[in-house]
Amino acid sequence: MTSFTINGRAVSVDVDDDTPLLWVIRDEIGLTGSKFGCGIGLCGACTVHVGGRATRSCVTPVSAVDGAQVTTIEGLDPADEHPVQQAWRALQVPQCGYCQSGQIMQAAALLKDFPSPTDEDIDAVMTGNLCRCMTYVRIRAAVKQAAQALANGAIPNLTAAKGAKA
Amino acid sequence: MIKRGALILVAVLAVGLAGFAAFAWRPAIARIAPPAASSFSPQLVAQGEILAGAGYCATCHTAKGGKPFAGGYPMQTSFGTIYSSNITPDPETGVGAWSQAAFARAMRQGVAQNGSHLFPAFPYDHFNKLTDADIAALYAFIMTRPPVSAPPVRNRLPFPLNIRALQAGWKLLFFHPQPFAPNPARGAEWNRGAYLAEGLSHCGACHTPRNALGAERKDKAYAGAPIDNWVAPPLTRANPSPAPWTEDELFAYLRSGVARYHGVSAGPMAPVVHAGLSKLPDSDIHALATYFGEIGGGQAREADTGPVVEKALAADRLGTGLQYDAPARLYAAACASCHYNNAKGPNPLRPDLALNSAVNLDDPTNLIRVTLYGLDAKSGAPGIVMPGFARFSDADVARIAAYLRATRTTKAPWPDLEKKVAAIRAQGKGKE
Repeated sequence: MTSFTINGRAVSVDVDDDTPLLWVIRDEIGLTGSKFGCGIGLCGACTVHVGGRATRSCVTPVSAVDGAQVTTIEGLDPADEHPVQQAWRALQVPQCGYCQSGQIMQAAALLKDFPSPTDEDIDAVMTGNLCRCMTYVRIRAAVKQAAQALANGAIPNLTAAKGAKA
Repeated sequence: MIKRGALILVAVLAVGLAGFAAFAWRPAIARIAPPAASSFSPQLVAQGEILAGAGYCATCHTAKGGKPFAGGYPMQTSFGTIYSSNITPDPETGVGAWSQAAFARAMRQGVAQNGSHLFPAFPYDHFNKLTDADIAALYAFIMTRPPVSAPPVRNRLPFPLNIRALQAGWKLLFFHPQPFAPNPARGAEWNRGAYLAEGLSHCGACHTPRNALGAERKDKAYAGAPIDNWVAPPLTRANPSPAPWTEDELFAYLRSGVARYHGVSAGPMAPVVHAGLSKLPDSDIHALATYFGEIGGGQAREADTGPVVEKALAADRLGTGLQYDAPARLYAAACASCHYNNAKGPNPLRPDLALNSAVNLDDPTNLIRVTLYGLDAKSGAPGIVMPGFARFSDADVARIAAYLRATRTTKAPWPDLEKKVAAIRAQGKGKE
């Protein structure tokens, strides 16, 4: 039995310790915003936050998050108005959209560590998030726009709980 | 003639055996009715709880998923598997019938209440340094835990190593108990650190290499040693981390599990920090940091930190742009998103791999283990995790390790990495 919080809600799941966190999030808890891409931690589509840090959930065994706080794209902001989400919409970043929840979660974590990121910072941190539609140029622009919004006082509501939105 | 020789031989053997038996024999200490919890002052019990934490009693005396202190935890040694004993105050299967004198004898001499010799997997070679007051507090804490009926698990030791009396011979060779003696040339804080490190917290049990018979080599104190399929790094000047282990770094690491210029506590060291030392007050952690700051020479090298970190941050930028080289691509895709730091300095929650102990050790074991199996939320920095990359091939894990070694350090390449990865994968994730 593994217990943790997801988007502020306490959950306990009774699955094998080695079950990937992503499977638990999608199949047991029913939040399908986090996507399965490569399954080996090399594409970033499954990125969620654990303890506020970007984490590839497809290669994280669920037992590893016992007692931890997990946030998925559904819980990033109660009104989907995180500055990164706003910038994503403003610049029309997604194309097919499959990788985008991972991109947004990675970008939101990036901005906590690097509040005014250079191109080099963005490339280094975002390279692990692949996009087959090649939206990289817009991703980089949106990260910078979100950084600007945060610098201007936009406050991400990162700790807010939100009901499951499966 | 032959007959007479044989008779003499038998006689010599018999006398020798009898002599050894007399030498090895220890009396039982009378069993007592378990003392009432009310017979111990709450202050003494509370002090005992702190000390039991700092001695990691629960770490070895609790099986995975088992009741605290009820034993049954397997300890792999080069001689076989020894299962820890039940130290709850259950009179039949635990230590409920042990008087304080019997408890003190076990701690100081490695002899159980019934007179049998304990194996040195129980670190009485360290606990003999404890003061009477600390032993009394530990006794009070142990005897006020909930009793659990848990019969001992039979050790898996081959004959004749399973004969407890032979431990008397081991003790004769390697066990020379002496109470802790403060070093008058050092201050009170250093001596407090020495008392904790040498005695209760038994740091040498993992960090000091052992001889062929399993005794710590005093001539190589804290020189680093393999433990539970990990490597306990040297705590001496031989420690290969580029940044010095200053008192500040040691304090941060031992208090929070995270040191900005060295990395996080992983493997067997994670419970030491998070389940053990966490009970100690800051003053005791400072004392340990003072002690090891001198032993490792880190405090004297404090001025090296700046230049070493600057060099590491320059190396950090390697492999972050467009990459064609396979190992660099693996690093960029799998590692950099969490481990990249820019020139502003290493973020302790983005452990800098050029500075990280695992990348700088002579043995790649720790780096490979963490790469394959990651770190859970209870290890390292609490509440955050590192995923495990066990789905990478042996060759790819080896590529990443070799790449980091070559680009982040000036040290010799690790030999036979791919085989090493396969061997560590075969060992499995191991206990948590």
